[in-house]
Amino acid sequence: MLRYLLLLVTLALPVQADEQVVLGLSHDKVSITANFDGSEILIFGAVKRETAIPKDSPLGVIVAIQGPSEPITVRRKEKRFGIWINTDAVEVDAAPSFYAVATSAPLDEILSATEDLRYKISIPQAIRSVGAPMTVSDPQNFTEAVIRIRKSNDLYQHLDGAVELSEETLFRTSIAMPANLTVGDYRTRIYLTRAGSVLSEYETVIDVRKVGLERWLFNLSRHQPLLYGLLSLAIAIIAGWGASAIFSRLRTN
Amino acid sequence: MQIYLPIAEVSVNAFLLLGLGGLVGILSGMFGVGGGFLMTPLLFFIGIPPAVAVATEANQIVASSFSGVLAHVKRRSVDFRMGTVLLIGGLAGAALGVLVFNYLRSLGQVDLLVKLCYVLFLGIIGALMFVESLNAIRRSKKPGAVPKRKQRGWIHALPFKMRFRTSGLYISVIPPLMVGLAVGILAAIMGVGGGFIMVPAMIYLLGMPTKVVVGTSLFQIIFVTAFTTLLHATTNFTVDMVLAVLLLVGGVFGAQIGTRIGTRLKAEQLRILLAVMVLAVCGKLAFDLLLMPTELYSLGATEGH
Repeated sequence: MLRYLLLLVTLALPVQADEQVVLGLSHDKVSITANFDGSEILIFGAVKRETAIPKDSPLGVIVAIQGPSEPITVRRKEKRFGIWINTDAVEVDAAPSFYAVATSAPLDEILSATEDLRYKISIPQAIRSVGAPMTVSDPQNFTEAVIRIRKSNDLYQHLDGAVELSEETLFRTSIAMPANLTVGDYRTRIYLTRAGSVLSEYETVIDVRKVGLERWLFNLSRHQPLLYGLLSLAIAIIAGWGASAIFSRLRTN
Repeated sequence: MQIYLPIAEVSVNAFLLLGLGGLVGILSGMFGVGGGFLMTPLLFFIGIPPAVAVATEANQIVASSFSGVLAHVKRRSVDFRMGTVLLIGGLAGAALGVLVFNYLRSLGQVDLLVKLCYVLFLGIIGALMFVESLNAIRRSKKPGAVPKRKQRGWIHALPFKMRFRTSGLYISVIPPLMVGLAVGILAAIMGVGGGFIMVPAMIYLLGMPTKVVVGTSLFQIIFVTAFTTLLHATTNFTVDMVLAVLLLVGGVFGAQIGTRIGTRLKAEQLRILLAVMVLAVCGKLAFDLLLMPTELYSLGATEGH
């Protein structure tokens, strides 16, 4: 009877891994204030295990932070009538506004291609593009362009070896987020791997939002655009009148 | 000191913006132009998204024109009647311009349109001004030569005549309406007040006396750019108040300094300098269109989601 019960328990928890993540974040909120100039997030944690450290293959740790996904239009320039103009366009269905993946060793060594496909970990996996117009023969070039442009803006980061792992138990990494962040929930995932396959997965959310004046102005511009426009004009008129008044007084004195 | 712009969603150095505002303000004070045609490309260069740059610049021009027009009202050098006629054309033009702007934005051609407009108009105006002021300098060295009186035959043949007392004109309302319309379209598309086009058009096309031209043009520009700002704010949500405030604080102070420098230089020298500057900006933009870009691809938000 006891034997059957044990069997049931093990069947009920088939994915119960031997090694699990215990996580800490330096902060789980990023506040965009008036003097916001990017943010550095420290992610640290430990591997909890009941058994001894397996010796067969080294432990891999992967940390991935993903900003809100949005559809984007990618356009390509071509030379027409002697000047460079936008011609072909491909709509990418979903591309994260921010994506950083940090690993403890080169990604292809600690994660197999099939596991990457399953968990969508590497940068190309994060972008979803289903249909390109028939006129475009090379849609993959457009997806690559998204990655290339966003990498050059530090919006996409592939940080091989950026996770420090000590004694196969403690790990830490820091990810720099640039100033031009989109607000929203940033999905943060941590994976433990051995021999290319994922042992354990941990997920949390970092909340990125505008606060204070920034938030107030942004909301006003979206919800009450007419009021916002009139307020902008009022400021302009007052500033123009004020400057003229100050200088004409300076001149008469 | 870095400052985060809530609408543009980029972080830039506040002193850089104040400095840019000041620099363009000095130039606009020296030459009596709004400076939008210089500021908008400069904003592109420092990484402000073009749509935000164009809309916010319109807001800033409201401030600088208002500051400028007060001085002209005191000197009685504003033709309110002509200004109102130009304004009617201007408002229609601005509405049309924002429509064209939004349509081309959905096609992904707005950057091209804005840049082509700049190259075309800066090129024409710069070249005309350069030739005209060279001739003026040559004339002033040869005493005795009388400046030729301009021919305005066909403009007098048009119907709907109206008397403009301050300008001392009795002409049809159609040419000023057309000038206003054209400048309104440009104001919306290029993010400029359009003074650099309106001033020559008023002098050479309408035959207005030079002393009322700048004041009247500023009077009309306030309303057209205010209208453009409202249209951009309500349809595109691209007016960045923080950016506008930083630029106009620098701008209004720069303009006062510029006015003082301007009074020490001769009119012909000023116009040659302005022509060279206009041609330089035009050349840079034309060069960018002709040269193969380092990045052929560009990203844009998808409309209608």
